[in-house]
Amino acid sequence: MAHCPDTDERMNIVIAGHVDHGKSTVIGRLLADTDSLPKGKLEQVRQTCRRSSKPFEYAFLLDALKDEQSQGITIDAARVFFKSAKRHYIIIDAPGHIEFLKNMVTGASHAEAAVLVIDAEEGIQENSRRHGYMISMLGIRQLVVLVNKMDLVGYRRDVFEAIAAEYRAFLDSIGLSAEAFVPVSAMEGANVAVRSRTMDWYGGPTVLETLDNFRKEPPPVDKPFRMPVQGVYKFTKAGDKRRIIAGTVEAGRIAPGDDVVFYPSGKRSTVKTLERFNGQPPAAFEAGSAAAFTLEQQIYISRGQLAARADQPAPCVSRRMRVNLFWMGKKPMEPGKDYLLKIGTVKEPVRIETIISTMDASDLSSACRKDKIDYHDVADCILCCQHAVAFDAVETLPATARFVIVDDYEIRGGGIIRQALPDAQEQMRQQVIQRNLKWSSSAISREQRWERYNQKAALILITGKRNVGKKTLARALEQRLFADGKTVYFMGIANVLYGVDADIKKPGDDQRHRPEHLRRLAEVANILLDAGVILVVTAIGLTQQDMEIIQNVVDSDLIETIWLGEDPTDIDFSMKVPDLSNLDETLNRMKVLLQNKGIIFKP
Amino acid sequence: MDHLEQLENLSIHILREAYASFKNLCMLWSIGKDSTVLLWLARKAFLGHVPFPLVHIDTHYKIPEMIAYRDRLTRQWNLDMIYGQNTEALEAKKTFPDGNADRLTCCKLLKTEALKHTLSGQWPRYRFNHAAGHYEADANTEPFTGVIVGLRADEEGSRSKERYFSPRDRQSEWDIADQPPEFWNQFKTDFAPGTHVRIHPLLDWTELNVWEYIEREKIPTVSLYYNQGDGKRYRSLGCWPCTFPIDSQARNPQEIIDELRSGQLANIAERSGRAQDAEDGGGLETLRREGYM
Repeated sequence: MAHCPDTDERMNIVIAGHVDHGKSTVIGRLLADTDSLPKGKLEQVRQTCRRSSKPFEYAFLLDALKDEQSQGITIDAARVFFKSAKRHYIIIDAPGHIEFLKNMVTGASHAEAAVLVIDAEEGIQENSRRHGYMISMLGIRQLVVLVNKMDLVGYRRDVFEAIAAEYRAFLDSIGLSAEAFVPVSAMEGANVAVRSRTMDWYGGPTVLETLDNFRKEPPPVDKPFRMPVQGVYKFTKAGDKRRIIAGTVEAGRIAPGDDVVFYPSGKRSTVKTLERFNGQPPAAFEAGSAAAFTLEQQIYISRGQLAARADQPAPCVSRRMRVNLFWMGKKPMEPGKDYLLKIGTVKEPVRIETIISTMDASDLSSACRKDKIDYHDVADCILCCQHAVAFDAVETLPATARFVIVDDYEIRGGGIIRQALPDAQEQMRQQVIQRNLKWSSSAISREQRWERYNQKAALILITGKRNVGKKTLARALEQRLFADGKTVYFMGIANVLYGVDADIKKPGDDQRHRPEHLRRLAEVANILLDAGVILVVTAIGLTQQDMEIIQNVVDSDLIETIWLGEDPTDIDFSMKVPDLSNLDETLNRMKVLLQNKGIIFKP
Repeated sequence: MDHLEQLENLSIHILREAYASFKNLCMLWSIGKDSTVLLWLARKAFLGHVPFPLVHIDTHYKIPEMIAYRDRLTRQWNLDMIYGQNTEALEAKKTFPDGNADRLTCCKLLKTEALKHTLSGQWPRYRFNHAAGHYEADANTEPFTGVIVGLRADEEGSRSKERYFSPRDRQSEWDIADQPPEFWNQFKTDFAPGTHVRIHPLLDWTELNVWEYIEREKIPTVSLYYNQGDGKRYRSLGCWPCTFPIDSQARNPQEIIDELRSGQLANIAERSGRAQDAEDGGGLETLRREGYM
């Protein structure tokens, strides 16, 4: 190793470009010319070449795997390390074959800067554009473009300048600009790390100089605080009494005494202490930190909430969003089909509501309207989640605007949220967020009550058609749990309809007020759940739409639904009871359900 | 935030994602420097606790000091420690030291096979009973669906192709040509029944970073890594019949850091003292494809 950088600074870079445009040779050159190769590696590759009677090539340094060498293409985002006098670099080698685009995305999404290679002889190809578009969508702002294989075009300046002009125009159209265009012969090492004598008409920086000129982008410390909650940890068995909220800070900073709000629930508390193992906790956790803290007021929150600071702009909360999405599934993405959306630490069922337009990423001019999103399409579309999620628009805060789509266990798409769109429950959700913001917490935590009552609070919704015996079942369940020593309460919907709802309850006009009736019922339930009660409620013919209202108001992981009778609605029930012919058996099954859900304990 | 803090933060993030996503999660602990750093990072992520079992594959040919160190930390840090081994091959003496197998076959039997069947629960697991102070056969035979592994991309070629979350099929095999994409910090945390996911929080760390972190955090390590006065130390630890020390004067983590920074070892591959690598065509991919770490 000829030189060692003075600092420990590291930068992740991705090398992209069309197949056979010479990415691997560029990397091999960077490694060799910066003297960053361990002898073991070079020897290993030379040996392989000798065994298969092939001449040694710089590109082989990367193709460490046997099957790659037999295919002659790089197949995955390999990491390679090299160093300049300025800093350490980690190259993520993105492959060029079109079917391997997901590897390019993997490489590029962890990169701070991109190197895009174009063959001087072949000129701009499909993946030259596609990769450029992906670099822009993934949020990489620093780019250097290499016009490679200049030796094959006689080092001609006009060839270089024509390609540079065409590609510059393309980058302009997608809102990206390159730091430099460099004419290169990676094979000969010209203008990679060493200035070329042949191309003396080029006065700009070498590839290595351009890389060294890239800046380390500081983490967004000055933006509003955002932290997706990864988990709430309690290690009571190990004698640790702390209740720790853990997550990685995506933006801003958080310190003891800061008021925090968790979205989409809107629950609020104050940071009590910052926590760290083996060392003093810092004064504040800043963007990029794997943080952990405890709260003053014990509120019930779980993984998936997005923490924000009460004194800073709140994130968007909605079920609907307009997005730019990139699809990598062999099967097209279609409206009406269920997918999973992962954003921050939330995993949420999602569907396409509208496809506004799709384009083939290789040729952005052909925007068209289609009814599905095909393999490798980029789409402008509207997504609708089953429940509201918290996020930011990409213009405001890119880190919390990024999502992926999971289909059949695999990540098959990814994208950025352009804007939040209103949904039907927006007003109701705002009311709930306000209620949670203003909520006066009790001195006794939810867990303390659960421990005292030896149960978890739960809302057991018994629903079904008219006259199937819902109340009979509800009362029987109440009696059974009461006999077992549980704190349980049966509440018929009429108890709420003629009391809390007296102002809106009109004979024969129930349907119009149904959402508001349900909201009020859920608000009453919410208070009883906070008090630690197992609440049994009956209601006629609840649908999934009704459930969405209730889930907006009550923590959805506290709700169990039972469908009694035949022909259920579209409701997603936890258990179905055909009839009450064997009540005792039914009650036993319900108890097993409650045990399995951890609401009551097994004897 | 310096480079070690950046590495630490991403590793902790990955560990917390793994913990939230896999019900049957474990961490492989080879007793070596990398997986010990990984274990330390788990204690960082979970504020002094390790909320999942550690699994060690005991080939029976590990240097005895490694086993003593393992059990000492198990007690000190209150770890949920499990080990597994290929008893059948050991009893039949189908090993390289017994002269009945070449190095690669021996590795395959004592490590790959033992690992595969210990993870799946088909072979006995031995769990440390802290009250009794010894290992006993574990009644739990559920397969592990998430396996945290301390491999690093800079170690050798095939490891540089890994993802942070890397799926393995029913046969524990790795389909290198068809790996799921990883966008930003979203990983593959969904998996089909019968398959499992390997999680690699140390992928971006280098050998130097590992020693810098050991020095900064004062992480206890096996003394085999240090020159005890004979001018030799182990750079990579494995089974004694196939692992050889290098010439080095370094007596502690700081001197190893100085040695690595000086460039003395720059032209020697880290695993050059591991004899099985050379037999596998100069790499590890045949072994790794079948499930080797």
